[in-house]
Amino acid sequence: MAKTILAVLEQRENKLKKSAYEVVTTAVSLSKQLNLNAKAVVIGNDIGNLDEIVKYGMGDITHFKNGDLANYSSTAYTDIVTGFVKEIEAEYILFSDTAFGKDLAPRVAAKLNAGCLIDCVHLEVSDGNLVATRPVYAGKALMELKPKSEIKVITIRPNVFKAHSSENNVITNIVTKEVTSPDLSTRVIEFKKSEGKLDVAEADIIVSGGRGLKDPENFKLIEDLAEALGAAVGASRAVVDAGWRSHREQVGQTGKTVSPSLYIACGISGAIQHLAGMSSSKYIVAINKDKDAPIFSIADYGIAGDVFEILPKLTEEIKKIKT
Amino acid sequence: MKIAVCISHVPDTATKINIAKDEKTIDPNGVTYIINPYDEFAVEEALKMKEKFGGDSEVIAISVGGDNNKETIRKALAMGVDRGILLKDENFRDSFGIAKALSDEIKIQGCTLVFFGKQSVDYDNAITGQLTASMLGYSCIAVVVNLKIDGDKIIAEREIEGGKEVVEAKLPAVITAQKGLNEPRYASLKGIMAAKKKIIEEKQAASFESLTEVIRLKKPAPKKPGRILGTDSSVVPELVKLLHEEAKVI
Ligand SMILES: Cc1cc2nc3c(=O)[nH]c(=O)nc-3n(C[C@H](O)[C@H](O)[C@H](O)COP(=O)(O)OP(=O)(O)OC[C@H]3O[C@@H](n4cnc5c(N)ncnc54)[C@H](O)[C@@H]3O)c2cc1C
Ligand SMILES: Nc1ncnc2c1ncn2[C@@H]1O[C@H](COP(=O)(O)O)[C@@H](O)[C@H]1O
Repeated sequence: MAKTILAVLEQRENKLKKSAYEVVTTAVSLSKQLNLNAKAVVIGNDIGNLDEIVKYGMGDITHFKNGDLANYSSTAYTDIVTGFVKEIEAEYILFSDTAFGKDLAPRVAAKLNAGCLIDCVHLEVSDGNLVATRPVYAGKALMELKPKSEIKVITIRPNVFKAHSSENNVITNIVTKEVTSPDLSTRVIEFKKSEGKLDVAEADIIVSGGRGLKDPENFKLIEDLAEALGAAVGASRAVVDAGWRSHREQVGQTGKTVSPSLYIACGISGAIQHLAGMSSSKYIVAINKDKDAPIFSIADYGIAGDVFEILPKLTEEIKKIKT
Repeated sequence: MKIAVCISHVPDTATKINIAKDEKTIDPNGVTYIINPYDEFAVEEALKMKEKFGGDSEVIAISVGGDNNKETIRKALAMGVDRGILLKDENFRDSFGIAKALSDEIKIQGCTLVFFGKQSVDYDNAITGQLTASMLGYSCIAVVVNLKIDGDKIIAEREIEGGKEVVEAKLPAVITAQKGLNEPRYASLKGIMAAKKKIIEEKQAASFESLTEVIRLKKPAPKKPGRILGTDSSVVPELVKLLHEEAKVI
């Protein structure tokens, strides 16, 4: 009997996250290459958009349900996933490398003696074996590794493995299982949302500002462009350390690692620690008045000019094509 | 209370990385090593907790690795950690192997509160704390930016996408520290002198077969140099056109 690859899906505030579709697509694709059954599991209360998953070719979903599990509880979630893996004898367990996946995956791995392939940006099957590629040393090197344990835990970097809706309609069977008395000894009691702003870790477009903006007030220019694009605002460490922006916006080695489709760096020199956090973006635009700034070495398109002159014009042009 | 802080010894973030001949490790020539930046937040928080709990509380720094890790342990001792333990293993171990060695030692030492950094900037796994906690059967809160402990009850805030989760847990626990949790103190001259007299106990880490195997380490393919379109806003329409039609990202 074929073994199983289990996709663990993330929900927040009773909705599946975008990363859940990436995990499903990747699990379905690996199941074909490795000749495995593909299953998915989600834990929560009522999940509003669970039906959406049928578009992604996953035929078998188990929803563990309990009113107390709407919020994440590392103890309860670990018990449920670990128990389910044993029950269905899953061999591969796939997560997205989000705050949720990163918390749960190693806890499950420790319980199952599973090797961990973390933050993978490429997965390949060679001679029937899985080979994972992951960035190390903040992206200055890539490590190829293979699992040696019977059960394998994998997390994939968000935004890198795209979600594809499947052409052939798979009939999706969603089984709901009520969970009784989950272990809630460690649990989330509140989610403090940051004032309605898009997070750099989840955004498809990021507009980042650095010391070249000269003054915190001038970040208005960055915010305006971000708003026109529906983008998140990012920042270099220099402006975070100066107290101009909050740390949650910091991109880089000691900030967030991001891989958006488009990253626009404004008045950022491109120090190695900054590049570490954004060099895997699909397209990079740099605006910097110093034509020798290192940021241009990784930018697809650059303007070697003054942010104060260029940003208002750019915002205006973007607004034009958006209407 | 016995408090442990687990620290790793990593290349300075500004270091250029060259791949060694074996194509599996980095060439250590010319590489400066430092205490992992996130582990400084872990050390600071451990010292704060010692001050808070008082009495006969002590902080023990533990590191798994080669002899050179003693430099990093010494750094923690200079900041005020009481003593150090080096779990010796000159060979590569994956996070699982490191967590195994750490959890065995934490059990022996009887530490009920354990601090880690959020992530070590060499392998960038950000999982060793969670693995160790799971092996010990301790609570675990990762990527913490705010920590309150009252009796055995913990309330912590951890950073996630789009906000912060407030998490409730109980001791014994593992906490992994994120930037923002505190301002790490500098080692004073007095601290550096005192650190020379503090004990670093060396033990052989029990051998462990890693659960993953490195096939090779390679440099990422160099990105093809981009185009500088111009030096003023006259090229903005061209840029927007390229993003819209060539890159198709807007
Ligand atoms: C352990 C460690 C970790 C670090 N982690 C991070 C991290 O996570 N993220 C991070 O970003 N950094 C990090 N750094 C800091 C990093 O080394 C740099 O200091 C920082 O990225 C510089 O920020 P910046 O580009 O905004 O400032 P600067 O380097 O000062 O660059 C400002 C740029 O603006 C340009 N400029 C000035 N005026 C204008 C104008 N009018 N129009 C256009 N351009 C203009 C200048 O030409 C210059 O290139 C870390 C450093 C260390 C030691
Ligand atoms: N060799 C090691 N010895 C002791 N602690 C370690 C070691 N490697 C990692 N850690 C700890 O685990 C944290 C996360 O590391 P990692 O999971 O490798 O990103 C680090 O910030 C350290 O606190």
